[in-house]
Amino acid sequence: MAGSTLHDGLTPLNEPSVQKSDDAHGYYTLGENIVDPVAPTGPIADRWTTRKFENRLVNPANRRKLDVIIVGTGLAGGAAAATLGEAGYNVKSFCYQDSPRRAHSIAAQGGINAAKNYKEDGDSTFRLFYDTVKGGDYRSRESNVYRLAEVSANIIDQCVAQGVPFARDYGGLLDNRSFGGVQVSRTFYARGQTGQQLLIGAYQAMERQVAAGTVQSFTRHEMLELIVVDDGTGPRARGIIARDMVSGEIETHLADVVVLATGGYGNVFFLSTNAMGSNVTAAWRAHRKGAYMANPCYTQIHPTCIPVSGEHQSKLTLMSESLRNDGRIWVPKKKEDCDKDPRDIPEEDRDYYLERIYPSFGNLVPRDIASRQAKNMCDEGRGVGPMVGDFRRGVYLDFADAIKRLGKDAIEEKYDNLLDMYERITGENPYEVPMRIYPAVHYVMGGLWVDYHLQSNVPGLFVSGEANFSDHGANRLGASALMQGLADGYFVLPNTIREYLADGPFEKIDESHPAVVEAKQNVEDRVAKFLSINGTRSADSYHKELGNIMWEYCGMERTEEGLRKAIDLIRELKADFWSNLKVLGSADTLNQSLEKAGRVADFIELGELMCIDALNRRESCGGHFRGESQTEDGEALRHDDEFAYVAAWEWGGDSLEGGQPVLHKEDLIYTAIEMKQRSYK
Amino acid sequence: MNLTLKIWRQSGPDDKGGIHTYQVSGISQDMSFLEMLDVLNEQLNEKGEEPVAFDSDCREGICGMCSLMINGEAHGPEVTTTCQLHMRSFNDGDTITIEPWRAEPFPVIKDLVVDRSAFDRIIQSGGFVSANTGSAPEANSVPAPRDKAMRAFNVATCIGCGACVAACPNGSASLFVGAKITHLGELPQGQPERWTRVVDMVGQHDHEGFGGCTNIGECAAACPKEIPLDVISQLNKDLRTALANGH
Repeated sequence: MAGSTLHDGLTPLNEPSVQKSDDAHGYYTLGENIVDPVAPTGPIADRWTTRKFENRLVNPANRRKLDVIIVGTGLAGGAAAATLGEAGYNVKSFCYQDSPRRAHSIAAQGGINAAKNYKEDGDSTFRLFYDTVKGGDYRSRESNVYRLAEVSANIIDQCVAQGVPFARDYGGLLDNRSFGGVQVSRTFYARGQTGQQLLIGAYQAMERQVAAGTVQSFTRHEMLELIVVDDGTGPRARGIIARDMVSGEIETHLADVVVLATGGYGNVFFLSTNAMGSNVTAAWRAHRKGAYMANPCYTQIHPTCIPVSGEHQSKLTLMSESLRNDGRIWVPKKKEDCDKDPRDIPEEDRDYYLERIYPSFGNLVPRDIASRQAKNMCDEGRGVGPMVGDFRRGVYLDFADAIKRLGKDAIEEKYDNLLDMYERITGENPYEVPMRIYPAVHYVMGGLWVDYHLQSNVPGLFVSGEANFSDHGANRLGASALMQGLADGYFVLPNTIREYLADGPFEKIDESHPAVVEAKQNVEDRVAKFLSINGTRSADSYHKELGNIMWEYCGMERTEEGLRKAIDLIRELKADFWSNLKVLGSADTLNQSLEKAGRVADFIELGELMCIDALNRRESCGGHFRGESQTEDGEALRHDDEFAYVAAWEWGGDSLEGGQPVLHKEDLIYTAIEMKQRSYK
Repeated sequence: MNLTLKIWRQSGPDDKGGIHTYQVSGISQDMSFLEMLDVLNEQLNEKGEEPVAFDSDCREGICGMCSLMINGEAHGPEVTTTCQLHMRSFNDGDTITIEPWRAEPFPVIKDLVVDRSAFDRIIQSGGFVSANTGSAPEANSVPAPRDKAMRAFNVATCIGCGACVAACPNGSASLFVGAKITHLGELPQGQPERWTRVVDMVGQHDHEGFGGCTNIGECAAACPKEIPLDVISQLNKDLRTALANGH
């Protein structure tokens, strides 16, 4: 933080931006600017405390009369279900998996950040806040991020109390490590399975509430529509239409408030580190019902994944970037060495390119930089591993030095399960041969637009965790996804949703309400449509094609020309999908092809919007790199004067019928941190 | 690789079900077992036959959703989950038999998909620490001895896949219950409810129709997370202590 000044949050430090370029002209309509209607003011450190006090309370006796639907059971959804259940609300929880314990938060490996400063190495709430805003390339809302940093310490307390077995030192106290682009040790971990342990903690807390009768758990249920009802006070989210994936029954579930904690949409790229079932449908259905989708193009490409091995691949596997703490990344200096056994390449012929380009951060530069540099090395023809298509897509991550320095046992204790997993997938032993890694889509910072209360622009629809856009700006730091999911679920949502529910219970509605009937009919028609097209191609084949388009043109580097091409290709793909899809089986049993068809249909529409958003944003920030906006030495170049805003997109109808999304801008005004061009050199 | 697959097909819970034989070709050694089934399903879809239903989600061995009996072994020949089993463990020309988990408390939903909600109900009966959000003391206020915390972690890695049950000749879920009893029982936070927890979880386990442990050890051999058999000893020890003290 050298050179930066502490600001109190009382004075704006920047002017609203004015966009001069208009690359996406013709693809969108410009709408009114928006503001966060519940944005807090005052000294940054006091905002959350003040807001918790200002938000109204709900009398315990009234809570059980209030129905809360929570879709998704990952860290954000599971934690919210447990907490709201404990508070006495009547919670209905939904997940598409066979158990809430399987949500994809479980796969997070590395750790969870918290500003505990147990290492006395200079950490603080303000530093975690600062690092997160800076890491997000100044495209997040500072009030939200400050709150995230502020509640981070409570998360660790809560998880330990639940019996989460974090790593401990010999004195029995909690251990920390430094992680992913920060210089303090604030990451708590449970070997390489931190997400699993945190999720099981939340899952157990939630199941405890199931036993207590405050939470009803609907597994193998997929939300297919949001119910929005106007009771005379304006439209409100009042429930969902869900399909029981076992019986095929289309069910109506009504409530006073709906929470989407449905995760991210990285599977729009087909190949990603997300679970097979991770999808955008719940969020996209809400978007089509009026909820704004914010910054959809902000995608995080994770630098340390196992490279693609062939055409058949169904998913990519991440290796925790904690590996970058001890592993050194390199490629051969000479192209002709690329197919040699790496152990035969002498030290002087190796290019430890991150250490060379970024001497102060070295292998610990943020994810987007590490990813893009890996791509650059491979584009230069210095990639390693098998040829995929016409070039090698891989760089070495080498543990030889660390094994020499720390001993094999120490490395084993820290990373054993990761190194085992690598060996299982590739058939190579990483203790002997350097690992090969390549970037893969991992996380999306974009998501449904929410205010400071995590409420979307549709009243009564709250969005938490990865599904919202709020905390990570244009790029997320390592070990911050788990932090945000649990912050939202345990501490934020329960304190903001009460302000909304204090006005409830809302007018009683039942399944005969016209808005409910219509929502259900739409779902039934759509299911029938998928089964009746009777074309020749599987949903999976469309998904793969969409993924290829997105990776090629809306992946690590985006250009005006490429994005225009992608939009055309996606529109063609969409038209073909709706005329040539083939889904076998029936609607009234478990039908995985049918489930897939619905998800792919929504991914196609989302992909189009992502490309439009990326096309409009003619700047490079965080995970969004526009070829037209870089410095002379190829670093990302932001344009704060034009793009320091959140792009919140309103559904404007199907593009095949002439519809265009409507762009609403929310200016980002900083009062505690000054925007600076990022430098990790 | 070319393979002959003998796969259990069952249209729904009430269908009798039976083995169907399929041929697949063009399988590479680097594919995972489930990617091999993806190839089969794509071929079936092209031929107009309904694809085989099977569960999978994370496909990186941690969510516990995948669940196949492969040639009579839960998750197949390696110590891993089905999704992390790769075709290099098989040979060209092999015949592979694929069935769902077999256990009365895990009824078949369709083809290779079973209902494992009994595990959720066992957790509901006591597999937690009662710590409401907001009530937690400062995390470092109660140290946990490192060796105990390590043991807790090692058994907390259970992914709830049910392989232990599928592998057990008696359909017992003792390894699953023992893992949770040991995880929470090794930590200071788990002590207040330790004795009621074991009684309630074992009661629910029996109520669901899982069999008793007969010390065969197939569960630990099949467990993809290598949960050791001694968690069942821990389970029995804790149960004995609890019952002796009137819980």
